[in-house]
Amino acid sequence: MKEDGVKIIKTTTWSPGPGCHGGCGILVHVKDDKVIKVEGDPDHPWNQGRLCSRCLSMTQYMYHKDRLRKPLKRIGERGQGKFEEISWDEAFDLIEQKMKKIREDHGPESVIFHQGTGRDIGGWISMLAYAYGSPNWMFGLSGISCYTPRLMMMSITQGDFAVVDASQWHEKRYDDPEYKIPETVTIWGQNLPATCPDGFFGHWYIDLMKRGTEVLVIDPRCTWIASRAKLWLQLRPGTDAALALGFIHVMIKEDLINMAFVERWTNSPFLVRTDQEKKRLLRESDLIKNGLDTNFIAHDPVSDSFVVWDSDHQTYKKKNITPSMEGDFTLALADGSTATAKTVWTLYKENAEQYTPEAVSKITWVPADKIRKAARIYAKSQPSALHWGLPIDTIPSTVPTSQAINHLWCLTGNLDNPGGNAIARYAYDVVTYPYHSGGAILSLPPEVMDKRIGIHDYGAIKDFRAWAQPDKVLEQISSDDPYPIKGMWIQTANPIACTGMEPKKWRDAIKKLDFTVCVDLFMTPTAMLCDVILPAATFLEKDSLKAWWVPLQAIKRVVEVDDCKSDIEINLELCKRFMKDFPYDNTQELFDTLLKSAGITYQELTDNTWMIPPKGHPSKPYFRYEKGLLRQDKKPGFRTPSGKIELYSSWLEKWELEPLPYHEEPPYSPVSTPDLFADYPLILCTGRRMGPFFHSEHRQIPWLREQQRDPVLEIHPDTAEKYGIAHGEKVCVENWLGKITVKALVTPVIHPDIVMAEHGWWFPEKEGKEPNLFGVWDVNVNQLIPMGHEGKAGLGAPIKSMLCKVYKAKG
Amino acid sequence: MSKSNKNGMLIDYEYCTGCFSCTVACCQENGWEAPLSGMKVMEIVQDLPKDKAYLTFLPFPTELCVLCNHRTRQGLDPACVKHCMANCLTYGPLKELAGELEKKPRMVLWSPR
Repeated sequence: MKEDGVKIIKTTTWSPGPGCHGGCGILVHVKDDKVIKVEGDPDHPWNQGRLCSRCLSMTQYMYHKDRLRKPLKRIGERGQGKFEEISWDEAFDLIEQKMKKIREDHGPESVIFHQGTGRDIGGWISMLAYAYGSPNWMFGLSGISCYTPRLMMMSITQGDFAVVDASQWHEKRYDDPEYKIPETVTIWGQNLPATCPDGFFGHWYIDLMKRGTEVLVIDPRCTWIASRAKLWLQLRPGTDAALALGFIHVMIKEDLINMAFVERWTNSPFLVRTDQEKKRLLRESDLIKNGLDTNFIAHDPVSDSFVVWDSDHQTYKKKNITPSMEGDFTLALADGSTATAKTVWTLYKENAEQYTPEAVSKITWVPADKIRKAARIYAKSQPSALHWGLPIDTIPSTVPTSQAINHLWCLTGNLDNPGGNAIARYAYDVVTYPYHSGGAILSLPPEVMDKRIGIHDYGAIKDFRAWAQPDKVLEQISSDDPYPIKGMWIQTANPIACTGMEPKKWRDAIKKLDFTVCVDLFMTPTAMLCDVILPAATFLEKDSLKAWWVPLQAIKRVVEVDDCKSDIEINLELCKRFMKDFPYDNTQELFDTLLKSAGITYQELTDNTWMIPPKGHPSKPYFRYEKGLLRQDKKPGFRTPSGKIELYSSWLEKWELEPLPYHEEPPYSPVSTPDLFADYPLILCTGRRMGPFFHSEHRQIPWLREQQRDPVLEIHPDTAEKYGIAHGEKVCVENWLGKITVKALVTPVIHPDIVMAEHGWWFPEKEGKEPNLFGVWDVNVNQLIPMGHEGKAGLGAPIKSMLCKVYKAKG
Repeated sequence: MSKSNKNGMLIDYEYCTGCFSCTVACCQENGWEAPLSGMKVMEIVQDLPKDKAYLTFLPFPTELCVLCNHRTRQGLDPACVKHCMANCLTYGPLKELAGELEKKPRMVLWSPR
């Protein structure tokens, strides 16, 4: 306590509040039970005293006049904006009664539990969905196109996720003797200073640049970091896979592959059967009666015989062999027939052959010599780290695209090395919600999980993560097939302004349902359509914890604001009402259980505020694949079916997808839809970020809104001149799906054939009731983007590569 | 020479990313209501001859900047300097900071009112 009656409390951030995925350490100044100031904690290794504009605005956010402070019940028609305040008891009783009725009449699967981005919600909303009995927990972005596709691809390729090692696993950060400054960081599709929330902190790259790291940038826009890059590749949106395959082509041709790593740690020597229409990895069961189909086959050049890779024992069944990396083979199979086969590596090279820099240049618009130069810079730098962004998810071809890019660090051995791409796990293996399709805090029986929407359409949706597939959910709400959807619980999500493509379809879907609840901090276009609205607490008004990726952190309740309640407490109360014998009485018990793998209690975590796993822990780098720290059986290798990095993916093979990466045109592009392109001659990219806003949030916070009053469209000066558009003028952006009106931001940072729009805009200061809905229909660019264009794996959607025309708005 | 002229602010505009932490940190610290702030960030974008745009952000202490006197008296950095995400602001005696200008290009030294 300071003399002036100000208490300073140390805690860590996450949403709600700054909106982001948290990580920063802060010092909260409290006087008379009110937060008066938030400052960066200089002793926290994550942000080292710094803080972003959103967190610095917390006092305006928490005490905003428009903040929801009491539960609301709709009394008028949906969308009419007529609500009355009710008590929490009344709200819980009403929700319990309505949702139990739906459960009785239609089954628990007929309620969707709808979340937004990776806030402090996944654990608690899945807990509620499962306590209620519904398998339909969902993130509503078409194709789940936010990090999940990349996470899925990393998970099936090397069994774990990898992120750039910017020394975040070390308390001393850049000065830790084990750490190495990356020689180059390749920034693939992200405007770092304004964004970068995937368990990361964008300004670490500025720290690294000051310490000598060179930057290679791949982006359709000349971002701030692109303008400081050693080399910048301005690619056409949606052609990232072709570019990555171009890198791979150059690396193979110029001997820039780390062959020792590839031979030892990848499935490159395994044999793939080539004499049938569909290629297939050969299994022990193909060669030997009663052989296992989880074991694979390689060729021993010394004895010219075939050997079995034993996936369980992580060894070849014959001792001391060095398998052939390349070749064509003929084998006798167990059924008496013969087959021809090639090694994965031979096929891999054949696959890359077509992606010459010249061919890739035609696809991507990047000059061939720049592709060569960039591939050399990436492959020769030591260590070399690769940071990728959302554009890798927001394309229907996200699977082969993220696979090709993921391969870059596998082909160069920049995996779990200091200053490369380190394997990122939940700190101390504390899991609030897992990335597999099993249970979380609670589980549902298989016959119930079998009703999860989308799992019968897509293997990747079934086997990776537990979310329902949102495009299929929207379809099912309108079709009632195979069963009707009757209710929706919406928490940390604003599909009408942000996550929903074709948002009018989402509006109609929400309005069609019998009962909807929205949990949020402000009235939003989505909340306006719901039956009950619950006021959520910010991170400074709740207890929680965070474990992705490091450190393990405590989020502490510092103050209370009126009747606001934390998402966790709201859900916990309803869990008790929906589920007999719900195992947790309060958040403390729940947190203590979750923290068991760290060997501490929640009280101990809050005493420490944050903790970094010690050396030797499976959640701490480096080179864990050599030390047997990644697999459950403690053998060296990876958590994949074969234990190898699967360049040729057995999971993709299982899901009947192409096991090797390839380029696929976006569904709407100058190449795939030339007729449409004639009418809509500009590529529409979306998702331009401004640091002071997080997605659809913060437009009502004066200090933040001041930094940008209105939504803009970036347009190149030549293009603007061609269409007679002046800087700051209102322009219509239109295609066959819809139209918005925004301000022209004439700037050379964008390619002349591309325009860049912003997402998430609505106007909290304007009329909220329908049809206006805070002006969302005037400016929400998602109206120009379709639902139902998810990729072949059920993942990815054409969110950043549509077509449009732009013209001066009348009046 | 008045007392406040002895200290100033060194800006390393090579690394300023235009994140607005300085602008908002000043508002929070000094109670300015939008659009007022003691720090504003200018943006300069131009195409360089080799066909690449170059973005520069330049933080500027406005007429409202008092270099956080109440903080510096206690040995603390001004709020903007403390929170700068790119660590590109330095507070100190003008004479010392002027020496820094010789060590690295793309810097500017402000002496607020």
